[in-house]
Amino acid sequence: MSEKGKKESPEQIEFREYCREWLSKNTPGDPPVRLPQMAIEITTQAEMDYLVPWQKAAWEAGLCGADYPKAYGGGGRTGCQLIANEEMQRVGTPYFPNVIALGMAAPTILHHGSEELKKRFIPKILSCEEIWCQGFSEPDAGSDLASVQTFAERAGDNWVINGQKIWTSLATFSSWMIILCRTDRSVKHKGLTYFIVPIESYIGKGIEVRPLIKITGETGFNEVFLTDLEIPDKYRLDDVGNGWSVAMTTLIHERGAGPMVTPSAGGRRADDAPGNAMDLIDLARQSERNGRPAAEDPVIRDRMIELIIRQKGFRQSIRRVRVKGLVDNPMRIGLQGKLLFTEIAQEVSALALEIEGAASTLFMNDENAPNKGQWPLMYLNSYGMTIAAGTSEVLRNILGERVLGMPKTK
Amino acid sequence: MTQPKDFGFGVEEQLLQTEARKFFKKQLDELTLMELVGGNSDPHRDSECLWDEKMWEQMADLGWTTMAVPEAFGGTGMSGVAVASFIEETGRVALPSPLMATVNSSYVLSACGTDEADSVLKEIAGDKTAGLAITNQKGSWCSMDTDVSAVVTEDKATLNGMAWFVQDARKVDLFLVKAESEAGIGLYAVSADAPGVTILPDSIVDLTRDQARVNFEGVAIGADKIVAAPGKGNLALDAAEPAILTMISADMCGAAEWQLQTTVAYAKTRMQFERPIGFFQAVKHPVVNMMIMIDCARSLVFNAACAIDHEPEQAKAAAHMAKAAASDMAAFCSGRSVQYHGGMGFTWECFVHLFFKRQIHNQVLFGDAAYHRAELAEMLIGPLVAGG
Repeated sequence: MSEKGKKESPEQIEFREYCREWLSKNTPGDPPVRLPQMAIEITTQAEMDYLVPWQKAAWEAGLCGADYPKAYGGGGRTGCQLIANEEMQRVGTPYFPNVIALGMAAPTILHHGSEELKKRFIPKILSCEEIWCQGFSEPDAGSDLASVQTFAERAGDNWVINGQKIWTSLATFSSWMIILCRTDRSVKHKGLTYFIVPIESYIGKGIEVRPLIKITGETGFNEVFLTDLEIPDKYRLDDVGNGWSVAMTTLIHERGAGPMVTPSAGGRRADDAPGNAMDLIDLARQSERNGRPAAEDPVIRDRMIELIIRQKGFRQSIRRVRVKGLVDNPMRIGLQGKLLFTEIAQEVSALALEIEGAASTLFMNDENAPNKGQWPLMYLNSYGMTIAAGTSEVLRNILGERVLGMPKTK
Repeated sequence: MTQPKDFGFGVEEQLLQTEARKFFKKQLDELTLMELVGGNSDPHRDSECLWDEKMWEQMADLGWTTMAVPEAFGGTGMSGVAVASFIEETGRVALPSPLMATVNSSYVLSACGTDEADSVLKEIAGDKTAGLAITNQKGSWCSMDTDVSAVVTEDKATLNGMAWFVQDARKVDLFLVKAESEAGIGLYAVSADAPGVTILPDSIVDLTRDQARVNFEGVAIGADKIVAAPGKGNLALDAAEPAILTMISADMCGAAEWQLQTTVAYAKTRMQFERPIGFFQAVKHPVVNMMIMIDCARSLVFNAACAIDHEPEQAKAAAHMAKAAASDMAAFCSGRSVQYHGGMGFTWECFVHLFFKRQIHNQVLFGDAAYHRAELAEMLIGPLVAGG
């Protein structure tokens, strides 16, 4: 993929060869069940039973966790996770199931955890032996994350936690959770402390997990209630009162702009990924709307092309961000990533419904539904993407403030 | 062929960009530009052609006016990405000059591939300027359309008719004229002061350009000035189209970046309701959207420029994308830049209108956004059946 241009180190070149060789023999077969579009939507044990061994195999081969130090179960390489990701995506491997752990918990523990925690937790994250979830949002703390109220109170060498977390993906499968708690009510940001807490082993003994039903009718995320959950002080990350800055490490990795490249098998190639605007052309060729072929409707054509262009522009920006001289501020493109990816995907699925015309009313269980009702499902789900992990509105604040230097909203 | 990941934008290109930015910052700040082109606010003023010829001479000395002329013909022969990046810098200062006209002409001449075209390229390398007289009264961008006719005999050609919307017509030494004869569309190099050539200046909105109709009345030229023979001219224009679209889009990205930075600076300092107006999300978020649209267009510009250099079979689609994105982006950014300057933005003395008007001109020149999307739809989806 990068035969020309940016020079790769000898280690990277050799590693890419190795990845290709390994992947030529070791990709998993087709899944026995239809997988959800994204790993955070995994809801059944059958899905996990297919995906967990895949991540474990990739870890054993060194493709998952390539850049993590060997002492923490990683490959001890430099700049190689990106290579592994590219190669896995090139051959269309399934995604890794432990996404919260790989994308958020592991880099946070690596940057803020004690040596003991790093040795204890990171290897089992990479191998998928332990699955993780994230306890940030609360019913009254969404975009205004620093207002979380779940309280951790000191009790000798332990902490006692009470409160409620919400929108918690993968909680029903999780052994552990990263959690942002309040430890001081008199100050806002400085009153927060970051912990890791056990989930699975405390179900019914201080932890309760209740599935929530999404707008689509599917489950996929949960509420987590913490009642007098007692954990040792060694599960604290960084100093008391320093939780906000630890949370920033988590969030910057969640949004794909952190120093550690997240191991990501990615499922399919970028061009096949859900929300690909080019797919609309085939859809329009097969669809009739208002009694006429959709591909011959000049307004539909114009809007399809407009989206195709925007998506192409977004991909070219990702290419441009690494070229010195064509970016004044790398944050400028990096921080647009999540916002643009999700908004374009939303518009693509909205336009798909218009292309399908009357048939777009048919949902997944209808035998006449075009594409098995995937587009209405994707459109409904797209709002999860523009709300979760920083709403589009919060991300525009961040871009305006951190990149353009406009006055802070708060 | 494949494109290099880094667009082929290396050390040399970066050096040129830095040098250009420094040069134009020093030579043409906003006040200087205003003094140069904004002296007469009368909407009924006579058509003017205002530009700094001394600066142009300096640019020529630096080799910047021949950057699209191949080295073989005496030019500086720079890559597409280098030219795009340089033109972006000229857009950033809304430079009035025959640069774009001359660069476009150079690309068309290179696409002709004839000895006659090569000798005109040598003239450009010798510091002649050139412009394209290729558009008809209907404003068609199709390479087959023209209101100029040619009668071609063995040793000469005679041109009659009018070319419309000719860019920087009073700044250039020669025109490349698109004319139709029985054998098809040809391209003819005509000196701007040749007998029978009349330049009829348009009165235009943009203060940083001049535009004209150019009338040809029995203009006789030698066979050595037929740069593309009848039937070949449209092919040369089609081949050069990606470069022409890419370069104007680059100009638009530069101008829009000025609008963004200027608007941000104003939003940080202008106080209302005891706060800088940039505090309010009704201002902050659309300003962020300006940045997002600029970045999208800019990435597409460098993708198209790189395609011209490395993947010519993809250049046409890439250039349609760049111009479509740039035109929409320019419309949005221009509108917001005036709106967020409030009452001041509505006055002649505020600099934003200089860029606003240049962008209005750029948006339609060589086809607007909807036109290029329709062209791309033809390529990607197939022809639209008339009548449905």
